[in-house]
Amino acid sequence: MTAATTPAVDTPPRFNPQVSRRQLTGTIFLGACMAAIGLLLIALIALLVDVLTKGVPWLDVGFLTGVPSRRAAAAGILPALVGSLEIGLMTGLISFPIGVAAAIYLEEYARDTFVTRALRTNIANLAGVPSIIYGIFGLAIFVRVLGLGRSPLAAALTLALLIMPIVIIATIEALRAVPDSQREGAYALGATRWQTVRGSVLPAAAPGIVTGVILAMARAIGEAAPIIVIGAAAFVTFLPTPLQEGFSILPIQVFQWAARPQADFQGIAAAAILVLLILMVILNGLAIVVRNRLARNIQW
Amino acid sequence: MNASVTEAPPQPGAGADRAPLPDAIRIHTTLAPDAGSVPTEEREIALELKGVSCWYGSFRVVRDISMSVARREVTALIGPSGSGKSTVLRTINRMNDLVSTFRLEGSILLDGQDLYAEGVDAVALRRRVGMVFQKPNPFPKSIFDNVAFGARINGYTGNIGELVEASLRRAALWDEVKDKLKQSGLSLSGGQQQRLCIARAIATEPEIILMDEPCSALDPRATLQIEELMADLKTRYTIVIVTHNMQQAARASDRTAFLTMGDDRAGYVVEQGRTVEMFTNPKNQLTEDYVSGRFG
Repeated sequence: MTAATTPAVDTPPRFNPQVSRRQLTGTIFLGACMAAIGLLLIALIALLVDVLTKGVPWLDVGFLTGVPSRRAAAAGILPALVGSLEIGLMTGLISFPIGVAAAIYLEEYARDTFVTRALRTNIANLAGVPSIIYGIFGLAIFVRVLGLGRSPLAAALTLALLIMPIVIIATIEALRAVPDSQREGAYALGATRWQTVRGSVLPAAAPGIVTGVILAMARAIGEAAPIIVIGAAAFVTFLPTPLQEGFSILPIQVFQWAARPQADFQGIAAAAILVLLILMVILNGLAIVVRNRLARNIQW
Repeated sequence: MNASVTEAPPQPGAGADRAPLPDAIRIHTTLAPDAGSVPTEEREIALELKGVSCWYGSFRVVRDISMSVARREVTALIGPSGSGKSTVLRTINRMNDLVSTFRLEGSILLDGQDLYAEGVDAVALRRRVGMVFQKPNPFPKSIFDNVAFGARINGYTGNIGELVEASLRRAALWDEVKDKLKQSGLSLSGGQQQRLCIARAIATEPEIILMDEPCSALDPRATLQIEELMADLKTRYTIVIVTHNMQQAARASDRTAFLTMGDDRAGYVVEQGRTVEMFTNPKNQLTEDYVSGRFG
């Protein structure tokens, strides 16, 4: 190409590929990403190793079935474990119908007006409110005004409020992922709006909704701050029932034990953390299993 | 007016001479030997559009559409993109009602009754006017439940199992799915999914079936199956089909309406009549250009 100095109109543009330099950029980026994941893994592994070395020696059947004691060696976490499971389940049962119904209204029924847009934005903001604020609200409304006392039900209602925005947002996302052709298909058969939602949209959105609710429940079970405000007790030797005052949960048990100076209590705190971690793994695993089962035949 | 080539690929040699087109029509007559036996003019009118104009917001999409659809015939709507074919089709089962800014003037008579009159419930209407969409859209349910859905929501009092079998048979799908009715409708191939959607539409026992480019997502073999099915279905149902494929209109329809976009960007009917006439002896230059592949 001797004409390179005076390119004609139809001469193709010349390239300066610099392939090795572009490849190098890619390699550097890959290295940066791997360093990030490496840092994260190191932090996680350090945490796990610490908890495992401290906690495993204390983790036995007696620990799981025992009740709190002034002696670390005799202490167990059964009341706190049952409290966490009970409150987690109630939280899910309360937030699931209300959150899903609210999301269905916002996404399938409400027109796109200023009010509904403001609602949506505020729900997203609610998800960012510090959880202790929910605790203060729960104390005022559920414990005092509604007279539920410092009961597991009051705690579950408070946590249900806390995770409601997460449930609503997850459900809205799941509903949005359902293509409009699904809705049109139902309408074209003479379905009413509710029949369309019930028969066509919800089955298609179910995997996303259920996954969102289970993950929100896991979040609720890990919360300590609002429950401290509600007034969970540190020393509960009986199994809690929903309406009875006096209960504990795993994160609070961990908090109380870890705050003590004795090494033995540090050990059982670590053991309680392990129990909480295992519970989380089970819940997250459940979310994956449920999603895969429900989504088996859904692909667009 | 300058619709893209991809919308309606010109047929080989169609621009130079129109020899291929009468061929296509002969295929049609072998598919549906009864089609020629009764002249269109003697057919009863099932559906009539009178001066229909549609707006989305302030934009008029189609203007002054008047046409009639004969009972138990296939009526094709052809024309370039943006000419409002789908909008016209969707006025017939009031699917456009789902768009909040939609507005319609004029009247659409189904068996003499105005679909847009006060007190007509679109939900009740849609059972009588079934629809098949461009992309197959089976529900994420079993094959059986897909077909049963429309009947169940409309309070079908007969035997659902028999209805599902009869609908699947009529949609020429029964033999392929009779052993796997519990499998998901989404596990079927594209062509099977579209026939499932046709079975689903048939199961509500409609009078009219609307098809919005039902073959555009299908391969040629599945397309042929759907066209054969249409020839069979029109012995019972009135069919209105929107298609970009002129050979398909020529093969599978009895009557054709050609729409195009006017200078105001609103679609209007240029010419309508019996398909044979429209393709062999169009009266309007625009129609001739379109069906011969010189435009659109």
